[in-house]
Amino acid sequence: MAFNLKYSKFNSSSILIEWPQSIDQNILSDILKFKKSINSHYIKLKVEVINTYASILIIYDFTIDNFNDEFLTLKQLYSSLNTTQNFDTKLWEIPVCYDDIFGPDLIQYSVTKEISKSKIIECHTSNLYTVYFLGFLPGFLYLGGLDPKLNLARKKSPSLNVKKGSVAIGGNQTGIYPQASPGGWHVIGNSPVELFNPKQSPPCKIMSGDKIRFYQISKTEHARIREEIDSNAFNLISTPHNA
Amino acid sequence: MLKVVKSGFYTTIQDSGRFGYRAYGVPVSGVMDSYSSHYANSILGNDADCAVLEITMIGPELHFDEPTQIAIAGADMGPMLNGNLISNNQVIDIKPNDVLSFEGLRKGLRCYLAIKGGLQSEVYLGSRSMYNTITESGTLKAGEKIYYEKSPSNSIKTYSNVKYDHDLLSTNILEVENGPEYNELPQELKNKLSTLQFKVSKFNNRMAYQLEPLIPNTLKTIITSPVLPGTVQLTPNGNLIILVRDCQTTGGYPRVLQLTERSLNILSQKRQEEQVSFRLTY
Repeated sequence: MAFNLKYSKFNSSSILIEWPQSIDQNILSDILKFKKSINSHYIKLKVEVINTYASILIIYDFTIDNFNDEFLTLKQLYSSLNTTQNFDTKLWEIPVCYDDIFGPDLIQYSVTKEISKSKIIECHTSNLYTVYFLGFLPGFLYLGGLDPKLNLARKKSPSLNVKKGSVAIGGNQTGIYPQASPGGWHVIGNSPVELFNPKQSPPCKIMSGDKIRFYQISKTEHARIREEIDSNAFNLISTPHNA
Repeated sequence: MLKVVKSGFYTTIQDSGRFGYRAYGVPVSGVMDSYSSHYANSILGNDADCAVLEITMIGPELHFDEPTQIAIAGADMGPMLNGNLISNNQVIDIKPNDVLSFEGLRKGLRCYLAIKGGLQSEVYLGSRSMYNTITESGTLKAGEKIYYEKSPSNSIKTYSNVKYDHDLLSTNILEVENGPEYNELPQELKNKLSTLQFKVSKFNNRMAYQLEPLIPNTLKTIITSPVLPGTVQLTPNGNLIILVRDCQTTGGYPRVLQLTERSLNILSQKRQEEQVSFRLTY
């Protein structure tokens, strides 16, 4: 379906395209189709195209002379999109250890929510999450699809040092901290996988539009995967997944 | 090779930043004041994106062991070569064992040390710009060594005939355009933004500059959306936050204004307590 989009200048070298401002899988798939078409249109230019829940930002490495001309070009691109095309995305299986030593907030979370730990883990590992985009920190995935039962408002004051790999819930979102950082989400577990590696290009294999599923591992498996990662013997499993 | 004897307050290696990695949540980074940095590079005949040292507030002490040329532009920090004062905005010949230090900050906040051919530190994701978790460290440390290409002195004193624009260090007017949520501001707040004098708060660094006073407002937060260096956010408790070069790629606060590139350069020369005001251009 075609949405009514708003095109505007963000700064002298970038254009913002906005969809109706909501978090919605249909909007995301429309965004990804348009993004792909923008990228192929500008293939010969130095251009960066990023998306969030309901926006695309195009950053050119030059100053735009005539914004209206550029808007017109983009509008024509959008109207000629093949909306029925299937979009190839991947499903990633992410191991998470929900042991108390990795999930310092799990007990309190379980008490506050009045849900048993095993039920929390079952809920958290059964849903399929959609990667809307990356932001906040290098390699941080904005995921949609948390079971509404697991929704819990962020902490009143953030923890100063959330450990790398922490799997956490904040409001209606869940995510993994790709590196240590302050953060206000409730940490319920830890994933040993490396989501972001600045020595590789691309630095993160998981992209906007991909799907994530968490699976439970023990402390021993967590340690084993860590060792495999340190000796470059671990590969994150992904399978093709049509959105 | 250049050896860091003393690191200074906050000295980093910067170039034009990382283009093409924002989709992975990687900040663009790069020099805070692109005008002064490009100026220093241009008088040496360097490309504009050659890596330079960005020196903040208190200068480092640096020891050179190979001949080269350097140039300094931006804030006046009283640069000294072997204890003798030298000037910004000119080519300076460096001999082996020369020591560069800084007497103290006089005007501005950040100066740029360019070196013939650029600093040859390691490139991560297409850039040498230091950023914690991308490069090995976020700032220069005492004892660290940075490579540069040896370049015998020559008679050329500058490759540029353009005079340095000193207005950049003295003006406190920031030219801005409407941000995506500007039109959601009531007229009274629009007027406030364009007439009030703001002060740079103590919360100012390479990620963001916060301003005082607070601007009470009833604007709703937005769903997480793209932001750029120069985006001015207004938080529910009234904080005006100007995002700068190391800012996150996305944010959830209303984006009320957008600084021009020149205004970003002007702002990056401002210290805590200094005044700024916004001038809307269309």
